[in-house]
Amino acid sequence: MTEKSKVCSCQGEVNEESLYPQLDDIIKSQKGKEGALIPILQATQNLFGYLPEKALKLISKETGKPFSEVAGVVGFYSYFSTTPKGKHTIRVCMGTACYVRGGQEVLKALMAALKISVCETTDDRKFTLEIGRCFGACGLAPVVMVDDETFQSVKPSKVHEILEKYA
Amino acid sequence: MINLTINNVPVQVKEGSTILQAAQKAGIKIPTLCHVENTIPKGACRVCMVQVEGARGLMASCSAPAAEGMKVISNSREVREARKFVVEMLISEHCGDCKTCVRNNDCELQQLAFEMGIESIAWEGETLKSVIDTSTHALVRDSGKCIKCRRCVDVCSEIQGVGSLFAQGRGFESKIGPAFDSNLADVVCVQCGQCSAVCPVGAITEKEHIHYVWDALDDPKKFVVVQTAPAIRAALGECFGYEPGTLVTGKMTTALRHLGFDKIFDTNFAADLTIMEEGTELLMRLKKALVDKEQVALPQYSSCSPGWIKYVEYFYPDMLDNISTCKSPQQMFGVLAKTYYADKVGIDPKDVVVVSIMPCTAKKFECARPEMTDSGFQDVDFVLTTRELGRMIQQAGIDFKNLPDSEMDAPMGISSGAADIFANTGGVMEAAVRTAYELVTGRELPTEMLHIEPLMGLEGVKKASLRIEGTLPGWEFLEGVELKVGVAHGLSNAKKIIEASRAGEEFHFIEVMTCPGGCIGGGGQPRYTTDEVRKARIAAIYKEDEGKELRKSHMNPEIEQLYKEFLEKPISHLSHKLLHTEYVSRN
Repeated sequence: MTEKSKVCSCQGEVNEESLYPQLDDIIKSQKGKEGALIPILQATQNLFGYLPEKALKLISKETGKPFSEVAGVVGFYSYFSTTPKGKHTIRVCMGTACYVRGGQEVLKALMAALKISVCETTDDRKFTLEIGRCFGACGLAPVVMVDDETFQSVKPSKVHEILEKYA
Repeated sequence: MINLTINNVPVQVKEGSTILQAAQKAGIKIPTLCHVENTIPKGACRVCMVQVEGARGLMASCSAPAAEGMKVISNSREVREARKFVVEMLISEHCGDCKTCVRNNDCELQQLAFEMGIESIAWEGETLKSVIDTSTHALVRDSGKCIKCRRCVDVCSEIQGVGSLFAQGRGFESKIGPAFDSNLADVVCVQCGQCSAVCPVGAITEKEHIHYVWDALDDPKKFVVVQTAPAIRAALGECFGYEPGTLVTGKMTTALRHLGFDKIFDTNFAADLTIMEEGTELLMRLKKALVDKEQVALPQYSSCSPGWIKYVEYFYPDMLDNISTCKSPQQMFGVLAKTYYADKVGIDPKDVVVVSIMPCTAKKFECARPEMTDSGFQDVDFVLTTRELGRMIQQAGIDFKNLPDSEMDAPMGISSGAADIFANTGGVMEAAVRTAYELVTGRELPTEMLHIEPLMGLEGVKKASLRIEGTLPGWEFLEGVELKVGVAHGLSNAKKIIEASRAGEEFHFIEVMTCPGGCIGGGGQPRYTTDEVRKARIAAIYKEDEGKELRKSHMNPEIEQLYKEFLEKPISHLSHKLLHTEYVSRN
């Protein structure tokens, strides 16, 4: 993991190294508690925007859990990510309704516009592209969410308009 | 006590027992692919399912506690079909060809498929992807063959306290392995091979050296000597259908001769030498501490077990000075074979090939350590596990059971009973005490006092206190000293004794063996090792010791000769150069 400054989804430009004292506090507050690993990982992801390997190694050392186990828990839950996320997370619904109404085409258009694949982040760390499995808004299909905002009946030709809102 | 019935057979078990334990007690076989003795049951494989009257659905007997009045049926049609279905599903994603698998005829999945009458592949579909990790010296992992039973995870984290392996990812794509698909060589792994000893299939195996050994044996220019670790003779027979605990020393020696080794020697010879060197080292440390009042690292820890050494290098690098500087018997043997012995018989050491038969996979790592070249060559060339030797004997078409006995060769095949017991937990300590007592007091230790009861058996951490009285001139500083010794086997127990020592409990000398039960339970031993098997092998080793006239290392005439002709005395300049080593921090 390189130590250059990264964009964190919650705090803008920060130096990742400067966040480690806060990680120490997170670990300290949970240390020794039964089932502490997942709450520590959640707080760590909130802090860094993702789970850097260095942070995971520290968590492993401090909690006494083998690194393989920490990695196993991280890999089990799709919520956790070990790659830095963009400032905005775009999620394209691939539930049945969205899929049949062209969700796949919307996704392709976003991939082309952002020049990334699913689960990747743009080089400028602005966008991370993900797919979702039904947002419960099937009547609005196909649906795209950017962070907490929902876009309905999205057409492949209109994805630029969405992206421009976050430019 | 709890009373229950299994298949209408009444059984009484202790509170807290599982149904599986109750069945074992009643002599009723319940198959399982994930259960590992002495670990918390996980119920991962679902092969051990049983019917319990009144319960909804079937229960995993390995994790379900036995209860008063329980009525268990382990072999109904429903149970049989459910188990068969589970095994069929495991086979459906298993990527491997039994005919060419190293576990052919030694595979629990294959055996269960046979026992359950699975005669065709029930579910054709996508199989697991085979990613093969050959990064370490000792082990090979094949993700395609893995059935995700997690025995390796349990043994690595709970028994050994190392935690190299865990389930990564989820669903069909999940894999058992190190963090983030790393190679085993790139993570904390002591290469003890306990994972390979418990793996039910061919997903984790030792890295084979068999073909290298065949090549050396077939090369007329090479003089190939073999050393056999003490634990082999009590286990090799299991590869040929003998009961655990059958001693096959004589047949093993004959088999090695038939394979074509030029000299059949014994790691035991080097074990006797280890006692001389390690015992002297301990006495020197004690003298420095008690007489010269110098700062010296105590307790001294034993150094025979390469997995343990690597464990300390990873987890307790600040303790490296406490580890005896003695090389392990395997490495002492290797360096002497290519110096002392080669010179004695007039063979160019470059033509000498040293092959070890070890109960251990970590020995493959140890022989490849860059510092193990004090002879001017790699001191030990190849290491075969007990299992590999069994396979080699089969490859040679040798009818092992009908072999006559034979004796090992002099000089490096001569050894004492003290060397035999290096094979089991407590043995190194007992051997050291036999020699140290006689050296320090000048009095003979009577036969009935050779065993140290508190240090015997499978208790994870064992301790003893030995009062030294009637010392010879030169050893007065030990007069009246309570020598406190400790023994641990299985690395999670090693951790316990280290922590106790660090917390202030006094010890002078601590023996650690990496594997549960010691080398007789090593990662390279025939499968499947349980506590019952460990006890049987240990009993065989004590029998081997007790059957010998020569039972103390310092009485071994070939060791006396070695010092006279070559090394001069323990921890001489030459022995320091050849027989001692140093360790590295891997933190």
